[in-house]
Amino acid sequence: MTSNGSITQVGTEMQSYYGKPIVKEPVWKAEIPFYLFTGGVAGGASVLHGLARLTGNHRLARSSLYIGAVADAVSPVLLVSDLGRPERFLNMLRVFKVTSPMSVGSWILFVSSGASTTAATLELLGALRPARWLAEALSFVTGPPLATYTGALLANTAIPVWSEARDELPWLFGASAAASAGATAAMVTPAAAAGPARRAAVAGVAAELGLVRLMRRRLGFVGEVYELGEAGRYARVSRVCAAAGAGLLALRGRRSRPAAVVGGALVLAGEVALRWSVFKAGFQSARDPRYTVLPQRKRLEERATGRGR
Amino acid sequence: MSAYGAEAKPRMGFFTDTSVCIGCKACEVACKEWNLIPDDGFEWSGESYDNTGELSANTWRHVTFIEQHKSLKNGAPTADALHVDGEVATADGSPEPLRWLMESDVCKHCTHAGCLDACPTGALFRTEFGTVVVQEDVCNGCGYCVPACPFGVIDRRDLPRSPEDAPLALPLLGRKEDGRVWKCTLCYDRLKGGHEPACAKACPTDSIQFGEVDELRERARRRLAKLETEGWNGPRLYGDDPDDGVGGFGAFFLLLDEPEVYGLPPDPVVPTRHLPRLWRSTALAAGAVLVGIAATFLGGAE
Repeated sequence: MTSNGSITQVGTEMQSYYGKPIVKEPVWKAEIPFYLFTGGVAGGASVLHGLARLTGNHRLARSSLYIGAVADAVSPVLLVSDLGRPERFLNMLRVFKVTSPMSVGSWILFVSSGASTTAATLELLGALRPARWLAEALSFVTGPPLATYTGALLANTAIPVWSEARDELPWLFGASAAASAGATAAMVTPAAAAGPARRAAVAGVAAELGLVRLMRRRLGFVGEVYELGEAGRYARVSRVCAAAGAGLLALRGRRSRPAAVVGGALVLAGEVALRWSVFKAGFQSARDPRYTVLPQRKRLEERATGRGR
Repeated sequence: MSAYGAEAKPRMGFFTDTSVCIGCKACEVACKEWNLIPDDGFEWSGESYDNTGELSANTWRHVTFIEQHKSLKNGAPTADALHVDGEVATADGSPEPLRWLMESDVCKHCTHAGCLDACPTGALFRTEFGTVVVQEDVCNGCGYCVPACPFGVIDRRDLPRSPEDAPLALPLLGRKEDGRVWKCTLCYDRLKGGHEPACAKACPTDSIQFGEVDELRERARRRLAKLETEGWNGPRLYGDDPDDGVGGFGAFFLLLDEPEVYGLPPDPVVPTRHLPRLWRSTALAAGAVLVGIAATFLGGAE
């Protein structure tokens, strides 16, 4: 023990209160990372569906519509189940607050979910064509924000590894959404109509792998949780599965149906693992006070020496 | 609080002066009694005299205890003041200074509150006294405020008791009994009745001072100047600056060491400060998803 130091000192880098965390870990459970995935599938599939409809690829339009509707129906169930008071889920629609990505997201999901399930039901029944077009249009418009707002949801917190990634998370989740929706559609659509879906899956994975590297580099010390513990394991699984799946889809997806199915499944496994990796990284980041204190100390020092804002 | 019009009151808060805290925990007890908060398990932490560990759904005042080999005042070690527990001899026989810091931590009632901004139901609101309070009949336990607080104050109370206590009753008690978030209300009910909060009322040394925030800031500056004149080791105000990352605290502190020694963030910033940029980035990314997927249609259907 140094004569001038604190008994509660952790290592030599910084002082802390018995090594205890400063920010709280999220209270969210497994429903949330799975929702991050299903919300991405729903958002990406809505875009795929709308564009397929516009370009006259009705086979792809139909399968993406059903994929989006299923994902859009599952998503709110996951979210309600995670609430501490599920019976009060409608309180989400009491207000609309732009200061809360969860409030904005609830409204986006409310519209998207209602629209795409309605459109799919009408398609199935073959009824009310004008109403179906309106529902399809609404679903198409809410698709892109549904795919990316979850990045803002995580980044708008005091969790260091999430908030410091505010420039990358919406893009990363957008890429993951495109990959997820593309892979799912490529699995269930005949190869002759599934070209755009395969390419969306491959391009989404490529963008995602690049964004993960960029995020990791920009995060610096705070980002080391992506190499540690559960977050690290999920990150490695995600990288391997997504890359292998995308490779299979790109090389054999057009000619071989089994290859498209296996490739698509691998991409989906990679995307689920990616969401879990980011989710777990937040918990690990909250648990260790170094991630909270050291960047703030650096900021204070930069301000004191006039280099910061 | 302009939104309240004629019903607005002056902003009320706490000045917690840790230089006179004696660690009696009367604030913790008074808070629990007045607000009917469940117990925390009655466990010894082994971390000095701290047994509640952190602010949580069930601990709205938390007294921290820090034992340090530092002298209370600048210059030679002395044993004359409250926080000096004595002297311990080092290997070579010379006296080593020892001081015992105590601080009663509480919700900061930020000017720009991360929890309040994040709340999607409007359960969290700003009162006519400028404090931040949860409406427990509205909260649906989404948990978004928990990681949104830069201080780790607000927390969800998942169960009324531990699973070991009532394994059979859990399906009945468990999620139905609670699942909402809880934190200090600055005794909103007592303020409404013209009383000071329970912790301030119970504090025997006036370490916890309640009053109008503007006046408390004045008082804190005078106190700091006095401690500096007397040569105390490391006094500083924490959270008194309206230009800091959360716009200043409604409940601020006089500390005797760096904030992180007390488990407080040295430069807290409300997450919402970055939200305009974050929304822009989210909108651009959404556009990129649309354009990116559109580009995949250029290659034809197959």
